[in-house]
Amino acid sequence: MKRYKKRFSRTERTLHWANAIFFLALLATGLMLYLPSLEIAVGRRPLIQSVHFWSGIAWVSVLVAIVVLGDRRGIMRTARELDRFDRDDLRWLAGRKPAPQGRFNAGQKINTALTAAFTILFLVTGLLLWFGERDTSLRFASTVVVHDGLMYISLLLLLGHLYLAVIHPATRHALRGITVGTVSEEWAAQHHPKWTE
Amino acid sequence: MDETVAGDRSSRKVGRAVFLGTVLGGVSALFWGKSAWDGVSSALSPVESHIPLVPSGGWRIYTVSGSMPRFDPKTWRLEVGGMVDRKTSLTYEELRSLPKVEQVSTFHCVTGWTVKNVGWGGVRLNEVLKVASPRPEAHALQFVSAEIPYVDSLTLQQAGLHDVMLAYEMDGKPLPREHGAPLRLVIPEMYGYKNVKWLAGINLVGRAEDGYWEQLGYDRDAWVGHSNGYGT
Repeated sequence: MKRYKKRFSRTERTLHWANAIFFLALLATGLMLYLPSLEIAVGRRPLIQSVHFWSGIAWVSVLVAIVVLGDRRGIMRTARELDRFDRDDLRWLAGRKPAPQGRFNAGQKINTALTAAFTILFLVTGLLLWFGERDTSLRFASTVVVHDGLMYISLLLLLGHLYLAVIHPATRHALRGITVGTVSEEWAAQHHPKWTE
Repeated sequence: MDETVAGDRSSRKVGRAVFLGTVLGGVSALFWGKSAWDGVSSALSPVESHIPLVPSGGWRIYTVSGSMPRFDPKTWRLEVGGMVDRKTSLTYEELRSLPKVEQVSTFHCVTGWTVKNVGWGGVRLNEVLKVASPRPEAHALQFVSAEIPYVDSLTLQQAGLHDVMLAYEMDGKPLPREHGAPLRLVIPEMYGYKNVKWLAGINLVGRAEDGYWEQLGYDRDAWVGHSNGYGT
């Protein structure tokens, strides 16, 4: 019988899926504002703008609320885990083997750091776009370029993430961890030996 | 093998470095992002005509109401009124029978994006004004969009700049709907919001009044690089 091991707490999974849903909603409404062909098909720009802006506010507020109301200490522990890179992590990044990994591999740690940083940058540039339309002192010529650039880079990160989580045979078992919380011990021992040892 | 399995416990705080570095890099990009992007896009301009780097050549379509006006050549009119001796109503055909001019100019949006080398075809303003014959007390023009409530104004002096035009063609084709079909104002020296789309009427008035965005705090004289908080 297959044995399973808990990988992600309920707070962690809620955080992940809330982030995913809001990101997709923001991507959809953002593209309606950005792509002329979609803009023509959808119209209603002022409405879409408000939906996009308030979804962004809700996105960040919900993430904060999940941490505050959920297992705060667990999240702090996870944050420390994601922060620390040991020598094996650096070897893993350099593509050297063996490089046994913990609960998160070094790529996942970097992806998390980038995703968190992008959330802050999306928020800052989004607020500047919204309020810059109302107050010229908040207007920078580059705000729109930065906001769009973040979108392009996050889209690439998301595609890579989806490939590894859904398609790539060696890693797609991880999807189970982020949905129901557990992964098979056998898979964990193979991919995250320092976590199972 | 031994060295790694032995598990060295020394670790570095790389995660926060990546996080903070990215945040700082992104915030600082508010000050260099546009010039960097302009550099990349002009370096790649030979390929850009074949493989577009950004959708629609860098245009973004801004509207202020729920839907874009539709152009029907049978019913469309350009109404020229206000302080004129002959109120005039031009059909699309009549407008196109006026002397045609073409120009290539750069379009700057106040939100920071720019589209270079846009080809415009249309008529100079004075060709249209001649028909209506403005009265001497008229000193400004109010441009009324079919997208209600969008309006904007120029002084006659601003409207007389050499490359101001009413465009019904863009890049060799009839002006597309999203760019203001069938007719838009083009004033390359000023930000896009002065370049009224879906033009339906021109009123000769005594003085320039605040337009749609100016009522929301934008500058009435929207000189590129010297207004709206830029270059001051």
